[in-house]
Amino acid sequence: MATISQSLSKADAQTARGRLRLSPGLLTALPVLIFLALAFAAPLLAVLGYSFMPEGTFDFTFPPTLENYFAIFSGSYYISFAKSLGLALATVALLMLICWPIAYGMAKLFGRWANLMTLAVVIPLFVSENIRLFGWVLFLIKGGVFLGGLKAWLGIDAESMLYDVPAIILGLVYVYLPFTLFPMVLGISMVSREVTEAAFDMGASRWQVFREIELPLAMPGILIGGLLTFILSLGSLAESKILGGQAVIMIADEIETAFTFGQNWPLGSALSVILILFSGTLVLTLLNWVDLDRILGRGGND
Amino acid sequence: MTEARKKRITHGLIAVWSGALIVFLYLPILCVALASFSKQRYFRFPVPAFDSKWYEKAFTSLTVRDLVSTSLTIALLVALISVVLAFFGALAFARFQWRGRRLYQRLVLLPIFFPQAVLGLALLIWFSSVGIIPDWRTAVIAHLVWIVPIVTLVISIQAYSFDPALEEAAFDLGATRWQTLKEVTLPVLWPGVVSGGLFAFLLSWGNFPLSLFTTGADQTVPEWLYAKMVSGYTPLVPTLGALTTTGAALILILGYGTWIVMRRRQER
Repeated sequence: MATISQSLSKADAQTARGRLRLSPGLLTALPVLIFLALAFAAPLLAVLGYSFMPEGTFDFTFPPTLENYFAIFSGSYYISFAKSLGLALATVALLMLICWPIAYGMAKLFGRWANLMTLAVVIPLFVSENIRLFGWVLFLIKGGVFLGGLKAWLGIDAESMLYDVPAIILGLVYVYLPFTLFPMVLGISMVSREVTEAAFDMGASRWQVFREIELPLAMPGILIGGLLTFILSLGSLAESKILGGQAVIMIADEIETAFTFGQNWPLGSALSVILILFSGTLVLTLLNWVDLDRILGRGGND
Repeated sequence: MTEARKKRITHGLIAVWSGALIVFLYLPILCVALASFSKQRYFRFPVPAFDSKWYEKAFTSLTVRDLVSTSLTIALLVALISVVLAFFGALAFARFQWRGRRLYQRLVLLPIFFPQAVLGLALLIWFSSVGIIPDWRTAVIAHLVWIVPIVTLVISIQAYSFDPALEEAAFDLGATRWQTLKEVTLPVLWPGVVSGGLFAFLLSWGNFPLSLFTTGADQTVPEWLYAKMVSGYTPLVPTLGALTTTGAALILILGYGTWIVMRRRQER
């Protein structure tokens, strides 16, 4: 027996080595995979572990318990969850409407100008989110650029929209716009001109072409962008804090409070686990459905 | 109304809408710039008096110098490390056909589709579980988790258009694997590597949610700005904001210029 299993494992090792040598793909993937295992997967496992520890503990030495999850489901956390979900959905819906004409222009109409447009949208992305949101505070605050201007030049005295839901949505739409726009541009550029022209020649109306050709063909890009925006808005923190005052407590706020002021890592971890499971399921389902090679390589290769 | 005319109007509307978007995107940044030149301690509009004293203060402040040097060190290291990891990562992503590729592509994308604040907190409790005290170096790791996948994507887009025949030709001519990598693969992917590095630097430079929980006692510029916005406002906030924005724009324009020059040279 010993010899058989020994020779078996030896053979295994040989084929494994052979496969390593044969597969430059795995070899080149290894550095990234090892890094992500240590700095992404391991922290998530730590969070999962903590979520089963008793309230207010700071290591793993206690017997596992479900009390944090019970506390969450019997408490009022569902309100933050529902509000975050609502805000994220509203953001995605608004961005779809705002971005479609622009993405269409960038993919089909602007030609050389599309590059400039890309650059113009990318540059603000590199300015810290904080600073840009703070700029909105300066614009919207009482006596700020908008209201101060109205008062000085038109004599109108109005209330500031700051520190309420619309301001948060404005912040989310503003910050996550590129994340919807760019995948949408990639998606629309997958719709070939010949196909739409053929449809027009056969007598389709503009609306029919949009609904039955452009929209379905561009769907992978639209979905990726929408999902990215949805997940990032769902877990956002800065927008509600800087523009929203305390009007809405987002789920990420609750998580942060549990970890910092609350000094309750297990509760914060359990909340994180729920958020991660929810968004992770969505992401994996969608990524599984989308052909990444086609979107990123624009169908040119395979 | 004729079809052509209808089309022209639609196209005109799309152009106007796109122009409006650019105004929308730059409006808050302009407000910050305006506030940074305001003489008053608290911003008011129309601005009663302009002054550049806050810029002098920013340039002589030791706090600002510390903040900038922390942010710069983190961003430079992140750019360097992420480019190396992502170069190989992109080859696995787009260049080679191998068994686990589909799974690998999805795994690599996961950190991008992840709430950053939660990621920062997860790293914080992971560091404390293994006994690492957070400082700027742990922030480098945190930034990398999010930025390596992004840079991998950027270089991958370049690698998709890579012709494997080039590498095979080099092999046939007797080049070793290492020589091929250095003399063929790297030069072809170079534009992707440069723009990836640029992305990495700028994204790290401006990042807030990951830094917030992972820098420990050290502080980056975005963290400091946030702390001062929430409590203890000083006009240095818009000033430093405007300065970092200008810095980022300069780096981006410089990088874009280099990229265009390199592309021309490659085409020749």
